[in-house]
Amino acid sequence: MSATERSARLIEGARGAWEVVIGLEVHAQVLSHAKLFSGAATVFGAEPNTQVSFVDAAMPGMLPVINRYCVEQAVRTGLGLKARINPVSVFDRKNYFYPDLPAGYQISQYKNPIVGEGEVFIDLPHGETVRVGIERLHLEQDAGKSLHDQHPDYSYVDLNRAGVALMEIVSKPDMRSSEEAAAFLKKLRAIVRYLGTCDGNMDEGSMRADVNVSVRKPGGPLGTRCEIKNVNSMRFVVQAVEYEARRQIDVIERGGTIAQETRLFDSKAGETRPMRSKEEAHDYRYFPDPDLLPLELEQNWIDGIAASLPELPDEKKARFLRDYGISAYDAGVLVTERELADYYEALARGADAKLAVNWLNNEILGRLNRDGRTIGECPVSAAANNAILRMVADETISGKIAKDVLDIVWTEGGDPHAIVEQRGLRQVTDMGAIEHAVDAVIAANPEKVEEAKAKPKLAGWFVGQVMKQTGGKANPQVVNALLKARLELPEEG
Amino acid sequence: MSLPSSPTDFSLADARDAVRTKKISSRELTEAFVTAIEGARVLNAFVTETPDRALEMADASDARLAQGEARPLEGLPLAVKDLFCTKGVRTTAGSRILSNFIPPYESTVTQNLWDAGAVLLGKTNMDEFAMGSSNETSYFKPVLNPWRARDSNQNLVPGGSSGGSAASVAGKLCLAATGTDTGGSIRQPAALTGTVGLKPTYGRCSRWGIVAFASSLDQAGPMTRTVRDAAILLTTMASVDAKDSTSVAMPVPDYETGLESGVKGLKVGIPREYRIDGAPSEIDVLWAKGAEWLRAQGAEIVDVSLPHTKYALPAYYIVAPAEASSNLARYDGVRYGHRTSDAKDIVELYEKSRAEGFGAEVRRRILVGTYVLSAGYYDAYYARAQKLRTLIARDFTEAFTRCDVLLTPATPGPAFALGAKTDDPVSMYLNDVFTVTVNLAGLPGLVVPAGLTANRLPLGLQIIGKAFDETTVLRAGRAVEWAADFAAKPDAWWRAA
Amino acid sequence: MSVNKETVRRIAKLARLALDEERVEPMMNELNNILAWVQQLEEVDITGVPGLTSVVEQRLKMRDDVVTEGNTAAALMANAPLAEDHFFVVPKVVE
Repeated sequence: MSATERSARLIEGARGAWEVVIGLEVHAQVLSHAKLFSGAATVFGAEPNTQVSFVDAAMPGMLPVINRYCVEQAVRTGLGLKARINPVSVFDRKNYFYPDLPAGYQISQYKNPIVGEGEVFIDLPHGETVRVGIERLHLEQDAGKSLHDQHPDYSYVDLNRAGVALMEIVSKPDMRSSEEAAAFLKKLRAIVRYLGTCDGNMDEGSMRADVNVSVRKPGGPLGTRCEIKNVNSMRFVVQAVEYEARRQIDVIERGGTIAQETRLFDSKAGETRPMRSKEEAHDYRYFPDPDLLPLELEQNWIDGIAASLPELPDEKKARFLRDYGISAYDAGVLVTERELADYYEALARGADAKLAVNWLNNEILGRLNRDGRTIGECPVSAAANNAILRMVADETISGKIAKDVLDIVWTEGGDPHAIVEQRGLRQVTDMGAIEHAVDAVIAANPEKVEEAKAKPKLAGWFVGQVMKQTGGKANPQVVNALLKARLELPEEG
Repeated sequence: MSLPSSPTDFSLADARDAVRTKKISSRELTEAFVTAIEGARVLNAFVTETPDRALEMADASDARLAQGEARPLEGLPLAVKDLFCTKGVRTTAGSRILSNFIPPYESTVTQNLWDAGAVLLGKTNMDEFAMGSSNETSYFKPVLNPWRARDSNQNLVPGGSSGGSAASVAGKLCLAATGTDTGGSIRQPAALTGTVGLKPTYGRCSRWGIVAFASSLDQAGPMTRTVRDAAILLTTMASVDAKDSTSVAMPVPDYETGLESGVKGLKVGIPREYRIDGAPSEIDVLWAKGAEWLRAQGAEIVDVSLPHTKYALPAYYIVAPAEASSNLARYDGVRYGHRTSDAKDIVELYEKSRAEGFGAEVRRRILVGTYVLSAGYYDAYYARAQKLRTLIARDFTEAFTRCDVLLTPATPGPAFALGAKTDDPVSMYLNDVFTVTVNLAGLPGLVVPAGLTANRLPLGLQIIGKAFDETTVLRAGRAVEWAADFAAKPDAWWRAA
Repeated sequence: MSVNKETVRRIAKLARLALDEERVEPMMNELNNILAWVQQLEEVDITGVPGLTSVVEQRLKMRDDVVTEGNTAAALMANAPLAEDHFFVVPKVVE
């Protein structure tokens, strides 16, 4: 993207334009059966403290043992981010006190993470592509959960989530607008879902973002940043960035300075505010966990994971552009979810690619949105839709009838071919029958004939009448051509 | 074999033979120790006695013995240091903060003992969280050494942190006991009580279920009356444990094998840096005698140097408190253990529960540990101390190219009076000067009683070996034991009480 | 290196150990005593020396991704000073 395009993202303050600089730290829960260092389960929503090993509860004498699959998932994600996989990495203890951190430390990675620098390309709505650098990815334990609003004097601690594997993915501060931040999160979510390493469900908390925001005059040095912690929806990320950027600009323009602090996003009020427990700047006293050894990865193990990677969104999009000739915008939308892309490919098999996209967008996604369903919950298979498209292509049915057939399959199920036969929905192409219908309608409505000669657009009424006469089964193109000839209408300009 | 005058006089090996040949039942043996423990409460060696469980276990063992199904430690009554979590049996780590903790799990080491048929007599007293060299920091009050100086009524310390285990072995309140050793906590009390103590190679015994003090140094080991007993007990205590990432995948041999094969041709290194200025001459004399005993049995005595020896203690007092400060963060009154009754918010809950629950030495070490890890100091202290460990380990590797084992004193002096060193922590720390190097390098170390001071207090000698070469260490220790012929016993003054 | 009273208070806070004001100075002296003694480590040249990570050459053990633990809420709660409906209960925490 050119500098001028990006400069369009600047925010107008009272005294000139400002550039907002954004970095994201995303915590993504690893999809695995068991936790990172214990054998307890990771399923969301279980009864409190039922998915907790004595290790997770930090009982005396308990020790961590690392889950190989969680390591594999982190490597897989790193490869999906085109990042360097570090053959040796170290687990460090991050020491602090909080009720949902039973050991009084979190096992994390500090100076030697498992994954190094990488990159992600994000697509913005106006067709621009921005490269966002990845600084690193490391593995760490998730904390438990505390409920603070069940009782006026007490908090309740559930350790089910304590010890679940998290990948912390740190971006470089390469984003320049709330839009870019949301696009980055969206792309990251797509990548991890494609890889099967995280389900990206922000509302269940399996993906959360800490947003770092600072502002500066274009071309100037980086400003002081504030960190907005634990933002758990893309919408809130956008709101938080916009609020925080404005807040910082206001402070500076009034002559103040930005204090480097940790803040929370209050979604009800739509604003960020400092965290209460900021007390001392945390001194985490990182040191290598003496209960573990350094993690050493064999190159051929990494290569094996690389060889088994699925086609990722960028590659799939490039292939769609090449092989299907659809627009970049459409291709971009299709690859956001692997399920949608797969559905499209099955839908488009042996059919016109562009028609398939339109059918998907207008008919299928339209109905799904109406019903509040995802593509995975579509009641009509891609194969069935493909059959409908082919029947349109070989003129067995008209486009209008096709939509009716879809409605029937959608609500009642059944095979499209059978439905067309059983209900007699085949398109009427018999010229004699159509001529008969056209002549009948013309003869019955002489005033309309005069009106149509004066205003050719009113010929549409005749088309409607003919379709009614033929039970909707006349081929509309044939009807149109015939009407024009009979009514002696001029060719449309 | 003739029976000793009392069942409590058996060594572990002889008791093993006696129960197998039905000369005595496990129940008789266990009852004798239960009675002995009851009569020795003034020593305060036990935090929790488990006589009912012991007798149940003894009866079960007798049933197996009757079927001829004896497992390696069938029916043999042991004491367990209160740092090992025992399922359903209170485990305190010598601390108020765990004074009511009942573990729902069993440590791997003690599970190995019960799977071998051993009988649990009780949990022994110890320095709080294994931090101490005299068993004076226990919340449950000090342990008294069964030994007293000639013509003296003064109570002496048994050493620490495994003071209760050492006292119970020396006082014949069990056949043998388990201990743990982080800076000398098995070997130093063994030396002060005239018993045998072995710290195996780091990673030989599993740490799973042992309350952690300093993760990179802690190691469980046997405390026994004889070297053979230590070999027997280690064979069962040791195992490869998938639940402990630091457990080393080395198979466990039968450590009794080759115990009596002697030391002919064995090269024994004498490290010159272990000669400490100001140590009592009795220590040097005994050390020289030890070398002579081994030479007389065919060993070759070799001069070696371990140049970084003097830095070991200060390095230890950085690494151990640092790791402890993190390991002890879990004791916060939330999920188990002592909780203050006087907290208005979560911060007070933590601060008061911990201040009330931990004793002075533990609090001191937590603060030192927190400080040396804190921002700006990590490189100067912890990182530096870890590098020093590499240098110390290299010293040993270099020495071991010229010898097979090392022979050194065990302690800078005999048992001292209660209260004699509690005013100055550093003077207490100096008790570990001969033992700490071994933990820092992760090597095996064995202490064997070797002689008596002029006023009749036991002194020990230490044998240090190569990693996972406990077999050679035990063999050399047996040779020292044989030559020393240490037959002295403490007067049972506590029974009069 | 030595510590002053302010540092002692800060360290005690970090370690969540309540320290009465009258104990601050004695603790400061005790800590300084220990720190002065460990100072001698600075004499050693540690250039190029790696920190010790393990006693013998070995790889970090890994476990299979199988659920082997859990469903022990009762055992977990058995030692809890304050629990309710299988939650651990603490004084209210304000974010």
